[in-house]
Amino acid sequence: MKPLLAPLVLLAFAVAPAPTLANPFETRLANGLRVIVKEDPRAPTAVHMVWYRAGSMDEKDGTSGVAHALEHLMFKGTRNLKSGEFNKRVAEAGGRDNAFTSRDYTAYFQIVPKGALPEMMKLEADRMANLTLDAKEFAAEIKVVMEERRLRTDDNPQALVYETLNSTMFQAHPYRRPIIGWMDDLEHMTWQDARAWYRAWYAPNNAYVVVAGDVDHREVFRLAQKYYGPHKAKPLPERKPQNEPQQAGIRRVSVKAPAKLPYIAMSWKTPRLRDVQKDRDPYALEVLAAVLDGHDASRFAKNLVRGSKIAQSAGAGYDGTLRGEASFTLDGQPAEGKTVAELEAALRAEIKRIQDEGVSAEELARVKTQSIAAQIYKRDSLMAQAMEIGSLEAAGVSWRDIDVLLEKLKSVSSDEVQAVAKKYFSDDTLSIAVLDPQPLENAKQKKPSGAVRH
Amino acid sequence: MRILIFVLLSFLTSTFALAGVKIEHWTAPSGAKVYFIETRVLPILDVQIDFAGGGAFVPAAKAGLAGLTRNLLEAGAADLDEEKISGRLVDLGARLGGGADSDRASVSLRTLSTQAEREAALDLMRTVLSAPTFPQAVLEREKGRSIAAIREAETRPDAIAGKRFAAAIYPDHPYGVSPTVDSVSAITRDDLVAFHRQHYGARGAVVSIIGDVSRAEAEAIAQRLTEALPPGGGDLVPPPVKKPQRQTIKIPHPAAQSHVHVGLPAIRRSDPDYFPLLVGNYTLGGGGFVSRLMREVREKRGYAYSVYSYFSPRKLEGPFEIGLQTKRDQVDAALKVVDEVLTAYMAKGPTSQELAAAKKNMVDGQALRMDSNAKLLGYLSAIGFYGLPLTYLDDFPARVKAVTIEQVKAAFARHVKPENLVTVVVAAD
Repeated sequence: MKPLLAPLVLLAFAVAPAPTLANPFETRLANGLRVIVKEDPRAPTAVHMVWYRAGSMDEKDGTSGVAHALEHLMFKGTRNLKSGEFNKRVAEAGGRDNAFTSRDYTAYFQIVPKGALPEMMKLEADRMANLTLDAKEFAAEIKVVMEERRLRTDDNPQALVYETLNSTMFQAHPYRRPIIGWMDDLEHMTWQDARAWYRAWYAPNNAYVVVAGDVDHREVFRLAQKYYGPHKAKPLPERKPQNEPQQAGIRRVSVKAPAKLPYIAMSWKTPRLRDVQKDRDPYALEVLAAVLDGHDASRFAKNLVRGSKIAQSAGAGYDGTLRGEASFTLDGQPAEGKTVAELEAALRAEIKRIQDEGVSAEELARVKTQSIAAQIYKRDSLMAQAMEIGSLEAAGVSWRDIDVLLEKLKSVSSDEVQAVAKKYFSDDTLSIAVLDPQPLENAKQKKPSGAVRH
Repeated sequence: MRILIFVLLSFLTSTFALAGVKIEHWTAPSGAKVYFIETRVLPILDVQIDFAGGGAFVPAAKAGLAGLTRNLLEAGAADLDEEKISGRLVDLGARLGGGADSDRASVSLRTLSTQAEREAALDLMRTVLSAPTFPQAVLEREKGRSIAAIREAETRPDAIAGKRFAAAIYPDHPYGVSPTVDSVSAITRDDLVAFHRQHYGARGAVVSIIGDVSRAEAEAIAQRLTEALPPGGGDLVPPPVKKPQRQTIKIPHPAAQSHVHVGLPAIRRSDPDYFPLLVGNYTLGGGGFVSRLMREVREKRGYAYSVYSYFSPRKLEGPFEIGLQTKRDQVDAALKVVDEVLTAYMAKGPTSQELAAAKKNMVDGQALRMDSNAKLLGYLSAIGFYGLPLTYLDDFPARVKAVTIEQVKAAFARHVKPENLVTVVVAAD
C-alpha cells in the first residue's frame, strides 16, 4: 500500500517544459480576474480551469467543510441555468468536468474538444456570480457530502490518522481543520452558510482562469473579457494571519480503528517557500524528500522496504508551495512482525544519517535527472500543465518562476541538504500520530450520524 | 472532489478515434505482434508488451502467482540485482510500469527518446523480460509483503466487497479467485520460473510502440525486446465462465457505510453487443452526473457520494457491475432505487433524447480520449491484445451512431439477466 502522504510531494515544486517564446500568456481584466493561457496545439482539445483563492483555511470554526460543500453546490442551478444543466452541457459537448477543494483554494475544470471552450467559459462565468442556492438543493447535497466523508475518512483508518495528526500539530493555524469538515459541522450547516461563503469569496478579483490547449491566447483573452469581464470586483473578507505559535515539545496521539497493520505519520514544522529567488531551505527540503522517497532507488525503498525489511511501506513528503504552514512528513506501515516503535526508530535513523553524513553526489544527480525527465513527460498531459500553473499560483508563486524553481532545485548542494536535516528535525516541533489497529470483531459498529434533518 | 473518477471504466468508456493517427502493424521475426504510432512532437518513447499471463491462468491454490511473476521481473535479471535495476532506471530518467490483471501481464517503459537514454532503457527492458532470475530471498520478502497486504485488505470494507463479489459471480472460475494467505504461501521459485517460461513467450506477445522513433527503429525495437523471450506463449484461453445463480450475500463489518455491488459476468471483448452495451451503459450509470443512477441515487435522494455502473469486457465474459456506498441504515432503500432504475432501463432502454446525448458525448469526446501518447499506448495494446480491427478507431463514431434503442434493450436482455444477478453488501445490518 502506498503511503497516504506520498502524493503531497508530487505537486510540490512541479516543473514544466522550457517555455517557447512568451508562452504561457497572461492578462488581467479590469475587475481583477487574471487569465493565464498555455498554448499547446498537440491535440484539438482544451482544459479550462477557474481557481478561487478560498479553501478550507479560510473557513471559521463551526462551519468547517463549507468551502467543499459550496464546491458541490456550484453544480446546481443559476439564474440562467436549471439544476443539473451544467453537467449536461459539458457532457453533450463531449467533455468532462469536475472540481476539487484544498486547504488553500477551490478549483473547477472542464476538459473539452477545443470548439466547446467558449461555451465552457460562458457557463463557468455564469456560476461565478449567478448561483441560486436554496434550502431544498442544499438538504440533498449535504447528505452526499456526509457520505463522502464516511467513504474517504470515517471508514479509512489512515485518513483518520492524517486528520488527527493535522489537528494535533496545528492548534491555531486553520490547517488543523479537515478540508471535508467535521461531521458535526456538516450536520449543522445551513444553506445560508453556503450562501455566505459564496458571496464572500466568489469574485473575479479572488480568482484566476487557466486555459491550456490548442487555443489562441488572444481569442481566449477576448472570450474572458466577454464572459467574465462584466462581473464586478468586490471587497474580500479580511484574512488574518493565524500563525501557529512556536511548538515546544513533542506531541503524540493515537487512533483506534479496524485494521491489521499499524501506521505511523510523523510531521515536523518547516518553512514554506516565500521568496523564489532568495530562499534556499525549501529547495533543500524538497531534495531531502526526494532522496528519501523520490523514486524506486531512493533510501526508504532501498533501506527500509528492501534492505532491513522493517517497513511494509514508507514515505516522505514536503510541500513548500502553499499559503499556510508547511511541514515535512514521514509515514509508513511496519512489516509484519515489526512494531511501530521499530519503524519510528528506523525512520529517525535515516534522518540521522543525513544529519551526520549528508547525501552523495549520485543521489543529487538522480534528483536532477528525475526532475528533468518529469519536466519533459509532463508535456504529454494538458491537464498536468494546467494543474502546475494553477497550483503554483494558488500558493502565490507565479508561473513565470516555473523554470527558476527547477534551476534552484538543481542547484541544491549536499551541504544544504545536511544543514536542513540538522535544522528542522528536532523533537520540539514534531507531532506523531499512530494507528492502533483493532480486530474487526472487537470494533464497535459506528453510531449512524448525520441522518436526521428537520 | 465532486466525483470519484473510476479507472476501471477505461476499457469500455475510453475509446478513441482520430482521423490522421496512423497505426502500423506487423509481425516481428520473433512472432510477436507489433502495433506502432510514430509521433515526433515530444522527445519521448513509450513501449508496452502484453502477454496472456494474467491471474486467469493460475490454479486457485497458487493464486497470486501471476502478479508475483510480473513484479519480480524487476527483482533481478541476468547479472543485475534489484538495486542495480532500479538505480539504472532512475539514472536514465526512465520508468518501468505495468502489472498483471485477470487476462494480461504487462510491462511498459517510458523513456526519453534521445539515443543514449533510449538504447540503455530498452536494453534494460529486454533483460528483465528475457532473463529474470527470481532471487529466492526477494521472493520470500515479497511473499511476506503480499500476505501482509492481504491481511490488511481483509479488514477493509471496499476490498472485502470486491473480493466477495468476484468470487460470487465467478463460481469455480479463476476470474473469481483472489490471492489468499495460503495460496501466496504455497508459491515457490519454481512456480515463477515455470510461469514465466510458459506465458512470457514471443508467440502471442503484443508489442505496442508510440513516440519519437521511425518505423525502421520500431521494427528493430520490437525484435530486440522479443527475440530472447522464452519459447512459451501462443493462443492461451482461460476456462469457460459459468453463470451464477441470483443471490444476495450479506457480510458483517463495523463500517459506517455499507458497500454494495450488484452484477454478473457479462460480455467478452469480442462480443458484437459491445457497442450497444457501451452506449447503453452511459445512460444507465456510466455517464457520470448525467446517468440515471447518479440522478436517482445521489442527486435526488443524497444516498451516496459515488454510484456507477460499468461493463468491463475481458477475453471471456467480464463483469457488469453497479456499485455504491451508503450509510448502513439506508442501504435497503438505496438498493430498492437501484433495482427500480435497472428494471425500468431493462424494460424500456434509453429515451431517444438520452440516446442522442450519449452518442454526442462519445463521438464529440473522442479527441479527449486520445490526446496523449500515454492514452494512445493503452489503446494500441488493447487493440493488439484483444484482436480488435486496425480500423477500430476510425470506425468508432459510426459504430456508436448506429446503435438503436432496440439494440440497447436487446443487448441488456441478453447479457444482464435478472436470474444471474448477484448482490453483495458489506457492513449490512
